[in-house]
Amino acid sequence: MNARLAAALVAALAAVAVFGGARAQDKDDTAKGIEAYREALKDGNPAELFEMAGEELWNKPAGPKNASLQGCDLGLGPGKVEGAFAQLPRYFADTDKVQDVESRLLTCMSALQGIDTQEYVDARFGTPKKNDLIALATYISGASKDKPVAVTLAHPKARQMYELGKRMFFFQAGPHDFSCATCHGEEGRRIRMQDLPNIMTKEGAAAGWTSWPAYRVSSGQMWSMQWRLNDCFRQQRFPEPIYASDMTVALSMYMAANANGSTVATPGIKR
Amino acid sequence: MNRRTFCAVTAVLSLTVASAAGAQQASWGPGADDTAFATMLQASFRNAGRVTVERLKQDETQAFCSDPQLATSKAAAKQAEAIEAANLASVKWPSDGKWLGDWKSGERIAQSGRGLTWTDSPTQASGGNCYNCHQIDAKEISHGTIGPSLHQYRKLKGGTEQVMRETWAKIYNSKSSNACSNMPRAGHMGILKETELQDIMALLLDPESPVNK
Ligand code: HEC
Ligand code: HEC
Repeated sequence: MNARLAAALVAALAAVAVFGGARAQDKDDTAKGIEAYREALKDGNPAELFEMAGEELWNKPAGPKNASLQGCDLGLGPGKVEGAFAQLPRYFADTDKVQDVESRLLTCMSALQGIDTQEYVDARFGTPKKNDLIALATYISGASKDKPVAVTLAHPKARQMYELGKRMFFFQAGPHDFSCATCHGEEGRRIRMQDLPNIMTKEGAAAGWTSWPAYRVSSGQMWSMQWRLNDCFRQQRFPEPIYASDMTVALSMYMAANANGSTVATPGIKR
Repeated sequence: MNRRTFCAVTAVLSLTVASAAGAQQASWGPGADDTAFATMLQASFRNAGRVTVERLKQDETQAFCSDPQLATSKAAAKQAEAIEAANLASVKWPSDGKWLGDWKSGERIAQSGRGLTWTDSPTQASGGNCYNCHQIDAKEISHGTIGPSLHQYRKLKGGTEQVMRETWAKIYNSKSSNACSNMPRAGHMGILKETELQDIMALLLDPESPVNK
């Protein structure tokens, strides 16, 4: 990112920060702020920094085995990164599991680098270990930019994950009786000023699926899909989903398969 | 039926009803892979702050509404009615007989979306989340659209005893008139206290409230 872009970005962020409270008076400022930051980002997205960091982490020997992740099989064969993300989540024979990009990364870190990944699972979002995983996911997803989403449900376990994810999408519980469908199950709905995609449709699923990992301007953070889901479960008043747990992968499978045929647009930029 | 018994009824029960109603015949999905779902659910969440995995236990209403295909089917119409009746029976009416409290305080409660998440402190008072889903005072343009507009509520509905009663029941327990309403059950679930409900009522039904200006 060059200095001019960085300066423009800081100005834009300051304008957008007003949005935090989403109060009526600030709406015009907000619109201008978003416009300004879109403008500033035309030739660059802070997410690119995460992509570069992720690529470095991918290639750098690390862990007790002092190995890189270059031999990691993301579904297209060891070391093949380009286009892999567009087909995730998918069934992996070696783990006999359906995995998304983040759970697959944990498998590779453990198998290739000898890393105890429990610490990565337990680490809070926004701390270095999680940021490393998100940088890696950003790098991998970026290597599928502009490719069509092509998730297959051919394996019975993949089909099962889709169905379990769909069931979770409608699963209501907690003090507010919320499910994903409460907020994402109808056309053209909003929470306050925030548009909510209808994830049951192809367009809505594409809006929700294809642009994560994304740089969130409001928080100045790079969020992966796991983080996005974590925060939706928080708003849903559910207990915390375990990072890369099967239910989170199942929900991703539901969204990704619904979005099949749409175009990968990662890394994205969000409010 | 009180909340304890309500909660004791699990998803599995209503799923049995679901297959009995014959609405679902998939090889996956509700009724077909209950064990896989329950196992996955249990393994995928953890306690955070004061929010524990206990919250994953569904009451009868939640279990029924988690299968929307069934819940909206003709076969389940009787069951939906029974669920509405049970929710209506749970409504506690104002103990001092007063419907309306202070609309200004009601506005604050309606604005607040805080409370009951794992990042809220246990002493954090819960808000009503109302503006997240409804237009209410027209001055607040940052409002959601999951629910209908409540602007001019009293002007449109009137201020009769019956309107008071129906509105109280709706806010206390939204499922009392709509088994699978997307609206939370603010009183029934203990999200808002009685006085807070009275304040919210005033926001909608006090002639002096900006909602009715
Ligand atoms: C209480 C309402 C609520 C619930 C329940 C909820 N979400 Fe969300 N979700 C939101 C909001 C609000 C946003 C947009 C946030 C923003 O604009 O900053 C969002 C954003 C998203 C996005 C990104 C959309 C985009 O355009 O990039 C996805 C994907 C998503 N949610 C999935 C889910 C899933 C899956 C569930 C169930 C586990 C869920 N949400 C439950 C409110 C909710
Ligand atoms: C998650 C979204 C959501 C929240 C939060 C919510 N509502 Fe609702 N509300 C709805 C929906 C959807 C309906 C329409 C369906 C129904 O009547 O069940 C509704 C209906 C209503 C109605 C009946 C309107 C009519 O014309 O009959 C009232 C009154 C109401 N809500 C008041 C409130 C109040 C007060 C709060 C805050 C304590 C609140 N709602 C919070 C979604 C919500």
